[in-house]
Amino acid sequence: MKGLNLSLLMGAGKRLVMAVPYVWLLLFFLVPFIIVLKISFAEAQIALPPFTDLVEFTDDVLTLSLNLFNYIDLYEYDLYLTGYISSVKIAAAATFIAFLIGYPIAYAIARLPEHSRNLALMLVILPSWTSFLIRIYAWIGLLKNNGLINNFLMWLGIIDEPLIMLHTPFAVYIGIVYAYLPFMVLPIYTNLVKHDGRLLEAAADLGASPVESFFKITLPLSMGGIIAGAMLVFIPAVGEFVIPELLGGPDTLMIGKMLWNEFFNARNWPGASAVAVVMLVLLIIPITIFQRYQAKEAEEAERG
Amino acid sequence: MKTLTKLALAASVSLASTMTLAADKTLNVYNWSDYIAEDTLPTFEKETGVKVTYDVFDSNDVLEAKLLSGKTGYDVVVPSSTFLARQIKAGVFQKLDMSKLPNHKNLDPAMMAKLAELDPGNAYAVPYLWGTTGIGINVAKVKERLGEDFPVDTWDIVFKPELAAKLADCGITVLDAYDEVVPTVLNYIGEDPKSQDQKVLKKKVAPVLDAIRPYVRYFHSSQYINDLANGDVCVSIGWSGDILQAVDRAAEADNGVEVAYIIPKEGAGLWFDMLAIPKDAGSVDEAHKFLNYLMDPKVMAGVSNYVWYPNAVPASKPMIDEEITSDPAIYPTPEVEAKLFTFPVYEPKFDRAGTRMWTALKAGK
Repeated sequence: MKGLNLSLLMGAGKRLVMAVPYVWLLLFFLVPFIIVLKISFAEAQIALPPFTDLVEFTDDVLTLSLNLFNYIDLYEYDLYLTGYISSVKIAAAATFIAFLIGYPIAYAIARLPEHSRNLALMLVILPSWTSFLIRIYAWIGLLKNNGLINNFLMWLGIIDEPLIMLHTPFAVYIGIVYAYLPFMVLPIYTNLVKHDGRLLEAAADLGASPVESFFKITLPLSMGGIIAGAMLVFIPAVGEFVIPELLGGPDTLMIGKMLWNEFFNARNWPGASAVAVVMLVLLIIPITIFQRYQAKEAEEAERG
Repeated sequence: MKTLTKLALAASVSLASTMTLAADKTLNVYNWSDYIAEDTLPTFEKETGVKVTYDVFDSNDVLEAKLLSGKTGYDVVVPSSTFLARQIKAGVFQKLDMSKLPNHKNLDPAMMAKLAELDPGNAYAVPYLWGTTGIGINVAKVKERLGEDFPVDTWDIVFKPELAAKLADCGITVLDAYDEVVPTVLNYIGEDPKSQDQKVLKKKVAPVLDAIRPYVRYFHSSQYINDLANGDVCVSIGWSGDILQAVDRAAEADNGVEVAYIIPKEGAGLWFDMLAIPKDAGSVDEAHKFLNYLMDPKVMAGVSNYVWYPNAVPASKPMIDEEITSDPAIYPTPEVEAKLFTFPVYEPKFDRAGTRMWTALKAGK
């Protein structure tokens, strides 16, 4: 009897623990998303709040009006399309650069003797102890015309006139790669460190050169880590606002910045909501890929 | 012993009463950054016993987003006049209780008449400080490129492509505020600055801006202050007070840079920053007290002396430093004043078209 009670209790406890992430998602993702979705079907007006109600109840008649204008408008106004494409391009290129830099770092850390790995990982994470915003501001000081880098190069005599780096796409790439590099390094490292060293020994015994065995064994085996890292960089980078705002120039079109303009400058809350909804839908594709790979990884881990 | 207890009791009672007093009388003010004198708030607190919590913002857009979401928690906010007009329409503010504002009579009647266009009957707000949207130049660098005797008091130096091309290498910057730049261009090309005609926007305003786009280094609403002062840029469309700050900073730094503020002869935009009380303000009485205090000539003279913006209380003028009152860039001469125009309040449809034209312009698309 007592045992039954206990297991019942434990079952309830288990369900409770499992409910936590769902409640979290419901409260902090689904509910806000539904609010944004609702606003995206409204019409902008000068009022408090600055958009129309979807549901109206007058004279015993319930009217539900869905205004599709914001979506049609998004489609028809080609600057948004340009903005979406340019965001995806910038994010994809930055993700690739982060991979090129991040993979060797992760590889080197995974090959370190066990006792120094934690220190190396610490060094990767350490910069995040400073506020993200301050680190991006620091890049302004480095990149501007009379900034550290230009002054140093001019002092060396390599250049006579300052290189214009700030307020260019180049600065945005630097910002994104710099800010998100740890998110690339960590999942790849976690993957690499689990690799069985005997596989490489076997390959060497069978006559494979180190380069060959890297491309035939290590790289394919670390695909899960690479995809996880790429998604962790790509997904937030697409919607990035702070970096293009502070480091980018007026010609760096990114959707996060355009959303800000629509919301704050045009005071068009419904339009801005539609931009956000479309951005989320676009991001669902990479997120699903990420989920699939994670599930596969977990399955493989279970199988041992 | 007995007296001691009594004293302690009395002390604790008075302590409690001051505490409740303090708890009752608080005021939350949301104003622009660097926009008040150092002693304005302490003096108000001392005179009235109201405890002021003072927060600052640096863009009308951010203030408006907060006001439109409702329940800001602020009792006094300071939007610019055109933003105020839209916010009044949206129903954000409460009507002022004139019986609590005896100093209201101190305000400049001519200015109040102008403001009545935006705030009918001056029912919702009182002016705090005002200024113009003109041009800041690096005197030496502009002369070097356009010639010693070139008359620079014209919008031509920004809006004429051949002149802008000559100045591009030393840096032209434009305010990132389409709702001020578009009326300025309209006025420059001889159209009504208040026009809300999308055709005019597309056919007449956009070409002017597109033609000079290649020569514009950036669009920003505050960065030019430093850059002008350091000599990094040489022509900026900007706000009077900000450019005058650059004039001041350059003079202080003694770096050989001389900055000047110009109200071009074609005329310039005139704006007011307005004090208003949100509908859901908690301390309405205290807010009125604060507004009344800010219409006192002595107080406003102190503010103008500190921030170098003119105010709307004529009686304060004799108490303002002559250096400020005699500067036509701050207090325009009557001839120039006649050419100043107020900015329009845009309808949502024009707002959207304007913002998009602006985004496309900035992107160079």
